[in-house]
Formats: sequence, structure tokens, C-alpha cells
Amino acid sequence: MTQDNLHLFEVFIRSKRGLDHKHVGSLHAEDPAQALEYARDVYTRRSEGVSIWVVNSSDIHASQEDDSESFYDPMDDKPYRHATHYVLPDAVNNM
Amino acid sequence: MTRIAIENPVEMYAVRLGDDALVLGHRLSEWSSNAPFLEEDLALSNVALDYIGRARMFYTYAGQLRNDGTTEDDYAYLRDCRDYYNLLIHELPRGDFAFSMARQYLVDVFNLAYLAELQQSRDESLAAIAGKAVKESTYHLRRSNDWIMRLGQGTRESLRRLQDAVVELWGFTPELFAMDALEIDLLAQGIAVDRAALRDSWDRQVRATLEAAGVTMPEPDWQVDGGRQGVHTEHLGHLLGELQFVQRAYPGLEW
Amino acid sequence: MSDSKAMTEAELIERFQSRIDDEQKIEPKDWMPEGYRKNLIRQISQHAHSEVIGMQPEGNWITRAPTLRRKAILLAKVQDEGGHGLYLYSAAETLGVSREELIAALQSGEAKYASIFNYPTLTWADIGAIGWLVDGAAIVNQVSLQRTSYGPYARGMVRICKEESFHQRQGYEIMLALSRGNEAQRAMAQDSINRFWWPSLMMFGPHDAESAHSGQSMKWKIKRQSNDELRQKFVDQTVKQVEVLDMTLPDPDLKWNEGRGHYDFGEIDWEEFKRSMSGGGPCSRQRVAHHVKAHEEGAWVREALRAYQKKQKSQADKAAA
Repeated sequence: MTQDNLHLFEVFIRSKRGLDHKHVGSLHAEDPAQALEYARDVYTRRSEGVSIWVVNSSDIHASQEDDSESFYDPMDDKPYRHATHYVLPDAVNNM
Repeated sequence: MTRIAIENPVEMYAVRLGDDALVLGHRLSEWSSNAPFLEEDLALSNVALDYIGRARMFYTYAGQLRNDGTTEDDYAYLRDCRDYYNLLIHELPRGDFAFSMARQYLVDVFNLAYLAELQQSRDESLAAIAGKAVKESTYHLRRSNDWIMRLGQGTRESLRRLQDAVVELWGFTPELFAMDALEIDLLAQGIAVDRAALRDSWDRQVRATLEAAGVTMPEPDWQVDGGRQGVHTEHLGHLLGELQFVQRAYPGLEW
Repeated sequence: MSDSKAMTEAELIERFQSRIDDEQKIEPKDWMPEGYRKNLIRQISQHAHSEVIGMQPEGNWITRAPTLRRKAILLAKVQDEGGHGLYLYSAAETLGVSREELIAALQSGEAKYASIFNYPTLTWADIGAIGWLVDGAAIVNQVSLQRTSYGPYARGMVRICKEESFHQRQGYEIMLALSRGNEAQRAMAQDSINRFWWPSLMMFGPHDAESAHSGQSMKWKIKRQSNDELRQKFVDQTVKQVEVLDMTLPDPDLKWNEGRGHYDFGEIDWEEFKRSMSGGGPCSRQRVAHHVKAHEEGAWVREALRAYQKKQKSQADKAAA
């Protein structure tokens, strides 16, 4: 059998204006244009989206979660980045 | 089968357009679980669903014009071959993938132009159906146009299959543009679309695309028509035998 | 420097298991025991193949559906099954196996799919029975799998469950229409229930004690509830639905057990189950042959796509040079 592989694309969908694109899965297609069309047929059969991104799966570079201590832990010591860090009087606490 | 006699020209016009949509939708639905890969299987089903939905809208409107309780299903399931009025190109068996895509392309180019005109109809119901359908056809054409290029410029085999398909289909295309007394009359009333007037731009567009894809245009040395008079290819009877199987075996029941 | 290199296998396993015990999801790039990966690939691909092969028995009635509404619904449903197959292939592919490999395993018979799809759909009522009973049984299983430990699988299940909610309802609606119809329609519906009831119960797999993969799958939380638990849940919920149809289930041993708070039911014919699973079901050969045929007939299309892409690319390269 010939090498049968169409390319693998990851699909991201913005479900409504104002929201981020969210990863929903993958599909096979020959090129980005075709991947976009199939993403519409495969992942928005119930009008789940207003905008679609497709990305060649091989173009995604991922952090290793096993590296997470060096990668994320340094961010973990800055509680002042979170709103809940600041205790305000009740009268203004829904700021 | 009791015959549904159609006397109102607008009803007849809606039924014709409904028949075109249903018969083509049926052929497209035959691709389910038969497509070259899963993504395409889903895409073909979407197109089939659009056509079946379109048929339902046209039939439902036709039934409303009769005002005697005739339903979409009465039109679809209770008429035999001679009382079906679809254009022949829609009923040809699905063939291989190149045949289905070539037919789709030829019909999509036509439908997009036709529906754009029908949106201007003085009959508001027909105009509204066209308004919905024209969006679907825009998408259908993008897909089929794309496939024509990919098949034409793919392998020698895909080009050969595409070429064969165009040759087989070509003689069925003139019927798309044939006006008869009923449609000429409705055109004069601002209700129907002038098919004949769409021919030149269709021809230019189709030739340009097919030639760019590498297809040699066939000589227009044969043509077949008769759909609007209920004179069909032998394929339609079998299609209806399948489509109407349950209603024929168990007549008059609710499902 | 990756921590995993510094850890021993035992430490890795311990961290993996504690993540699972802690109800955290395992994600594609995480270290995982080879057995976990294999077990997942087996289960997810079996599930994906079931969706894809399941398109055939129902697809058998798309061109013959009795009304245009039913036709549109059925086509949309079968299309959904294809979509669910695709979501699941997509989840399996995150484990480092390609769709081509998965399809090859299906076609060679090495990979299994739900044996229920090896039964024929003979009448329109079978479309109702499949939607109601077969999808009903599948949903019981899938709802439970939304909590499976592997992230992509769990997320696929959430999406699938959301979409499947209409599948069972449309099946039951078909049965309801038949149950209110004439004698022939009622008989058609009852016959369908008779043929699909036992195979539906088989869908949950062997008894817990007999199930080869169950213990480990539960520990890894690939499965969240046992075969017998899920089967019981399905029986309990279905009995009332049959009563509304004023039909019966083909099981003389079916009766309410006050003490257990569940329905008791008869023993499944496990010989038939094994026969059907190992390719001896009435349509086993037909289903796989159909898949192979469609795949082979599509080969030239896929080749054309690749050739086209290659030409586009070389033209683009030339233009850039």
C-alpha cells in the first residue's frame, strides 16, 4: 500500500465572538485550505463556531510537563499577580 | 398510488425545484460510509442534508399552495416516475468520486447563479427559500471547485476519471437551461428565473475552470432531456423504488 | 533537563498512579506505563471502529427512510457517528499511533469493534431499536467515560455525549410512532426489540469476573464503572421505557428485586457473544469487506490529493527560487 497519510491538523474554534479559540481535536487533510473546510464539516455541525484555526500538528512545539518544576514553579511565588491577593473593605470588594 | 394532480403553475414550479433537490440529495446520501476518507464522508453528508432540507422547503410551500393538507412526504413518496419532474442530471447514479464531484461542480455553478436570481422573485416564499439555499450553494461550490482542481491536477488516473465524468455528464447540461411554457409564463410574472439567460456565464466559468484543471472540453454532439415532462432515464425508477419502499409496502401509515 | 530522566521506573509509576488517584488527568506528553498506553489504544480504537462500522447498519436505511424528516435525521445521525469515530481516532493519535495503522488493524481483524453492528438491520423498526437500545447502552457507557483518566479521551467523550443526546431520543421516537401504529407496525417494533435486546446487553462486555482487562483498567481509571454495574443501570432505565411502548423485553427472568433495588435479568448467551466478537456474527464479514472496499475505492482520490499538493509545493518552491 502507498503511504496513505494525509497531514494531521489540530483544530481550534472560537465558539463565540469575544472568546478565545479553544483546541477541539484534530483531523486529516492535504493542506490548510482543505483542513479549514473539513474543520467546518467535522467540528461545527451544530454551529459551534464563528472562527476556526487549523495548525499543522507538526508545527506545535510543546513544553514537557515533566519540566514543569523549572518551567512553571518560578511563576508560583508571585501571589501579588492575583486579584485575590488584595484584601479590600467590603464596600469596595467587588472591584 | 393515487395521482397528485398539479394545476397551479407556482405549485408545479416549486415541486420541480423540490424534485431536483430531493433526487440529488438522495444520490449524495448514498456516499455515507462510502467516501474516500472519513472527513470527506462527513462533508458529503452535509451537502446531502442541505439538499434534502431544500426539497422539504419547496414541497412544503407547494403543499401550502394547494391548501388541502398535502405534505412534503406526499410529494416525495406518493408519485411515480412519470410524475417526477427533476432534471435528468440529478438522477444519474453516483458513479465514482470524480463523477459525483464533476456533477456537483456543474450543478453548483448553475445553482448559485439560479438561486441568486430566485432571491429576487416576486413570490416571497420562493425568494426566502432561495435566500437560505444560496448560502449553502456558495459553500458547495467552493468545495466542488476545489475538488475539480485537485482531481484535474492530481494524478493521471484522477484526471482521466474527471475527464470521463465530464464527457458522460456534458449532454445532460443543456437541460439546465431549457425554458418551457410554464416557466416562460412565470418569468413574465416575475416569479420564475430565466434559465436560458444564465447559460453564457455558466459556460464561460465552467470552461475556464475545467480547462485550468486540465480537462479537454467535450464536443456538444449529443444531449438528453425530458425530466420536466416526467420522461426520465431508467435510473429514476430504481431510485424511487428504494426511496419509497416503506410507503409502498405499508401504504397510508404514520412513521 | 527533564526530571523524568532522573527518576527510576518505580518512581515514575508511583507518580503516575498518585496523579490518577488524585483524579488528575493524564495528558499526551506525560510519562505513562507502556501497559496504560496499549490498553488505551486498544479501548479508544475499538470505540472509534465501533462508531465507524456502526454507520453501516444504520446507513442501510438512509435511502429508504419512510419520511423526509426521518431521512434527514438518520443521515445527520449517521454523520455524527462518523464524526465521533473521527474524534476518537484523533484521541488515539495523541498516543503515537496513526489513523492508517488503526484502520489497518480494523481491516485485518486484529482490532475489534462492538459486536452489535454485526447484526443486520432488516426493517425500519431496527433503526428505532438501534437508536433507542444500542445508543442507549452506548450512552450509559460513555457518560461514565467522561471521567476517564486520559485527558483527550475524556474530552472526546464530553463532546460525544453532548451530541449523542438526540440519538437515543430519535430512536425512541421511532418506536413510539410504531407502537401507536397498526398491527403490522407494532409487530415490526416488537420483533426488533426481540432481536436487539440481548445484543444490547452484550455491549457492556463480559461479567466483571471474566473481563480480561477490567481490573487494571479500573485501577488506572480508564474505566470508571464495571461492566456489570453499567449493564444493570441500562436494564433498570430501559424497563420503564418498554412499558410506555406497551411492548415487552424477551427475557422471562426479568423482574424487580425489592431487596437489591434493581431488576434481575436472565443470563446472556456468552457463546453467541464470543462467536460474534470473533468475526462469526451474521454480518461480520460484510461489515469489514464494505470498509475495505470503500477504502480501496478511495485510494486513487487520496493519491490525487498528495500528487496535487506536491505539485503545488514544487511550484511554490520554484517561484521562491
